[in-house]
Amino acid sequence: MSELPGDLLYTSEHEWLRREDDGNVTIGVTDHAQAALGDLVYVELPELGQDVESGGDMAVVESVKAASDVYAPIDGIVVAVNEDLADDPERINADPYGDGWIVKLQPSGDIDEGALLTPVAYQTLLDEEDA
Amino acid sequence: MPFIPHTKEDTEEMLKTIGAPDLDALFDEIPANLIIDSLDNVPVGLSEMEITRLMHRRAAQDGAPQCFIGAGAYEHHVPQAVWDVATRGEFYSAYTPYQAEASQGTLQTIYEYQTMITELTGLDVSNASLYDGASGLAEAALMAVRGNRKNKSGRILLAPGVNPRYEQVALAIAGSQGITFDRLPMDRATGNATATLDDDEAPVAVVIQQPSFLGTLEEADRLTDWAHACGAFVIAVVNPTSLALLKAPGHWGEKGADIAIGEGQPLGIPLSSGGPYFGFMTCKQQQVRQMPGRIVGRTTDLNDETGFTLTLQAREQHIRRTKATSNICTNQGLMVTAATIYMSLLGYDGLRKVALRSQQNTTRLVAGLTAIDGIERLFDGPHFHEAALRFDRPVAPVLEALAAQDILGGYDLAASMPELDNAVLVCATETKMDADIDAYVAAMAHIFAKETRRSA
Repeated sequence: MSELPGDLLYTSEHEWLRREDDGNVTIGVTDHAQAALGDLVYVELPELGQDVESGGDMAVVESVKAASDVYAPIDGIVVAVNEDLADDPERINADPYGDGWIVKLQPSGDIDEGALLTPVAYQTLLDEEDA
Repeated sequence: MPFIPHTKEDTEEMLKTIGAPDLDALFDEIPANLIIDSLDNVPVGLSEMEITRLMHRRAAQDGAPQCFIGAGAYEHHVPQAVWDVATRGEFYSAYTPYQAEASQGTLQTIYEYQTMITELTGLDVSNASLYDGASGLAEAALMAVRGNRKNKSGRILLAPGVNPRYEQVALAIAGSQGITFDRLPMDRATGNATATLDDDEAPVAVVIQQPSFLGTLEEADRLTDWAHACGAFVIAVVNPTSLALLKAPGHWGEKGADIAIGEGQPLGIPLSSGGPYFGFMTCKQQQVRQMPGRIVGRTTDLNDETGFTLTLQAREQHIRRTKATSNICTNQGLMVTAATIYMSLLGYDGLRKVALRSQQNTTRLVAGLTAIDGIERLFDGPHFHEAALRFDRPVAPVLEALAAQDILGGYDLAASMPELDNAVLVCATETKMDADIDAYVAAMAHIFAKETRRSA
């Protein structure tokens, strides 16, 4: 049973979003995703200032057995990347919702929460995948 | 690495497990109108005896001429042991394997190969090989575009001495992905790149071939520093034999080339009418995740014993699917095995002797030919084992007259570089004796004298 904080939003691509007080959005991959990937060995981060479109790929997380794209869940501009992941990608395994954050985006417009998943909806998705 | 095919029982059991009546049922989704019953234009199979006779007959058509052509593929002496060892059953597969099929011996051979190629090129990491030098340039261009993310131009600048065939192949492979290839201007006195940017758009990479296709030596240090100052990657195209004498691309300029590729054929692979050959590729550590193809690493297993394993596989197509760095899946494993044995047998000193003797032979040939009235060197400056000459008359008839005397006299540049009037590339590797070179020079002198008399 993977950890699932109740104050976050989720996507069907197993990413989470946190709306920060300054209006920016922090993004990472879920506990379920890190467990499925296994030990991470490399994270390819986007450039600061890069424009991203919802659904487009913006980062790559690579484990010993797979490399997966991290998709932008919203339209926005990259305002911060977690540089610590360059030397220590296993932060994502150890603390996916904290030290293992990946990118901060400044949203280009209003966030369509209807396109994202609540914790309950994401849990349902995980249950269905297990079934 | 033995190949064990399925038995009839295996196949039947597998079909039963998945509930398919027969093998054809697996292809039911192919529309019936796309399926053909027979291959009318493909002849029936030949027996071993028949095919041996056919191939001997075709080989005999080549005769046994003296070859003074280089232009990207070079005739070098291949010690008998190279192919005696490479064709042993344990090695005798063309396939560069994925993990599950690889034996430790196969992996160790590739690891040794990688070690030798990184030493030759002075760079950090080698892959397990590419198809050939030309497709290597395409892969290097794609790699530079992925790695040099600050530059979005997709513009690759080629020094004027980059093999024109390599450019054609790179354009065919990478051209549809928004990558363009332009040439730096040529200094007509030296044949080398002038290294001035003719417009504002910085290139994503600059390609430097050393020695150049025209046999000249580029100012690799200066060009490398200039390219890096422009924010471009440097892709080196190098001849492996020459690296026994010339500075390794990893040490060019202040920071060294970022990627090096080249044709591996000179390392123990016979000319064989054009193939199979193999390409090699090395890069700096920072670019390793952009490198295409297999990479073998050395590691320690659970019992603390040294072992070899494919590494960084997440970049590859069997895991990363459409987002893989490349779809190459080379079949050049046997060529790489031969090259590894060749390099092991020669060692650094042996390769250096091959390079030196080839350079000396070409110098002797160029001196002899340019003493003939009507032949001069096309460029000033040093050459390695190949040089461009200019005739005072069209090249093709001269080469035909030489061929009639069993001498392949050189590579006519009229088709690939017509702007160089009546130009030809000549090459004399270590396989040529002084007497061979002198015989060529005498034959050439005779042809020039006869032609000149006729036109007088």
